[in-house]
Amino acid sequence: MILVFCELKDGKVRKPSLEALSEARRLADASGKQVGAIFAGHGLAGAEEAATYGADVILKADAPGLAAYSSDGFARLLADAVQAKGASVFLAAATSLGRDVAPRVAARLGAGFAADVTALAMKDGKLQATRPVYAGKAFASVDFESPVQVATTRPNVFAVASCSKAGTAESLPVSADGFKAVVKEILAKAGGAVDLTEADIIVSGGRGMKEGANFKLLEELAEALGGVVGASRAAVDAGWGIPHSMQVGQTGKVVSPTLYIACGISGAIQHVAGMSSSKYIVAVNKDPEAPIFKLADYGIVGDLFEVVPELTKAAKTLKG
Amino acid sequence: MKILVALKQVPDTETKIKVAADGRSLDPADVKWITSPYDEYALEEALRLKEAKGAEVVAVSVGEEKAKDILRNALALGADQAVLLKSQEAGEPLAVAQIVASFAEGKGFDLLLFGNKGFGSDNGAVGPMVAEKLGAAQANLVTKLELGEGSFRAEREGDSGTEIVEGSLPAVITAQRGLNEPRYASLKGIMAAKKKPIEEVEAVSVAAAARVSSLSLPPARSEGRKLDGDAATQASTLLGLLKNEAKVL
Repeated sequence: MILVFCELKDGKVRKPSLEALSEARRLADASGKQVGAIFAGHGLAGAEEAATYGADVILKADAPGLAAYSSDGFARLLADAVQAKGASVFLAAATSLGRDVAPRVAARLGAGFAADVTALAMKDGKLQATRPVYAGKAFASVDFESPVQVATTRPNVFAVASCSKAGTAESLPVSADGFKAVVKEILAKAGGAVDLTEADIIVSGGRGMKEGANFKLLEELAEALGGVVGASRAAVDAGWGIPHSMQVGQTGKVVSPTLYIACGISGAIQHVAGMSSSKYIVAVNKDPEAPIFKLADYGIVGDLFEVVPELTKAAKTLKG
Repeated sequence: MKILVALKQVPDTETKIKVAADGRSLDPADVKWITSPYDEYALEEALRLKEAKGAEVVAVSVGEEKAKDILRNALALGADQAVLLKSQEAGEPLAVAQIVASFAEGKGFDLLLFGNKGFGSDNGAVGPMVAEKLGAAQANLVTKLELGEGSFRAEREGDSGTEIVEGSLPAVITAQRGLNEPRYASLKGIMAAKKKPIEEVEAVSVAAAARVSSLSLPPARSEGRKLDGDAATQASTLLGLLKNEAKVL
């Protein structure tokens, strides 16, 4: 069995989890395996949706004590489920939760681990993973030696595919006590913005934005397009009040959106490493020699303070 | 209090990546080696705790002879002890975690600090794996850390906002940018570090659970087209192309 840890948000399975689940289905079909979707928490409304994306079995660890996330607690119950089901592959999306728990699950199972993979295959009955290294400047193929293999899938890379399966529900025995660390509170981001790593469209600003207040222009464009705002390291380091959580690049977030619009960003190697796997790249920069144009699908040489408001206007017209 | 700080030696983040002749590792020619940037926050946090509350800070690194450079630097910054865990398995997270956990086991560390990922391999796995091996609490991507009596409270970067994690010691904490501002070594510290010993321990032998079988460079992106006209024309041309050619809107 391939077991996929799935996360719920607002009664729906999160998109990065659906991507992992869809990829698990493809791998399972290629190797004659079953797919299990595993959920942990309290209530777990919406978990049935996993059947629509290829889950043969839906495992639920449901208890009041699991309402708040615990790294050690969740790792224990997930590893126990892998063993109970005799699963050979454990996948999770490389969300903040997936990144937190999956390595612990791997350690508990003595399993090889690959983070943030962008391609998966089954080879001789074992997982084989491709993953970006050096912040995307290179790709590594990873072969596994261990009987169980664990990987996290990079959001926005694997296609979501509907595929109806039985999705037989099963409750897991849970002992939700003795946790060593627990999330006590989440201070939500303003506007409940989508995380950069999951965003389909990112509008990013660099040194050319001149000051933090000008990011308002990018927010307006992002809103018109249904995207979120990111920043280059130069903008974050400039002391404009742009938080590091918005930074795209080698020492920030590595993103793969469908559309990346770089405004006033020159294209330093540190930034490019974090966004060069975007499907489409647009660059707006007044310097025609800026290196960012070398990788942009569409380039606009011009003053971003004129171009960005026009883009916002055009986007609003387009979206009607 | 006793604090372990795990440091990894990595290529400078500006390194142009070239694949070695074996087809599966980094060509080390012309590479400048540094302490992984996130590990610097981990070390700084340990030094601040030492200054504020008193602590013994032990810096460790898994690697070969050249990793002594970053351990020497840790001593110059204020670590009390530096230990090189000699191993060639510096790249595989489970093996490295096993080595660090075997070293730490039974030594009474209250806190084990790591960078949230080692630059290059980017797995972000060793910290959580050590926590699991030691049966310790963990908080990853931490931007603020407070210690109580046998407990900790950490702020970490989550997908939907800042998460407040509370747990018991011993704990593994992995540092994120924003946790602190790392200091520079003083000349006095650098001179003193030259006289301090770096212990060498043969790391426990572990079998790798995963291996990199090949390393390759991503396909180069080709330069696209530049759009003509004034700002309004460029804007409407772009939106048209995104909708009809790229089909992303």
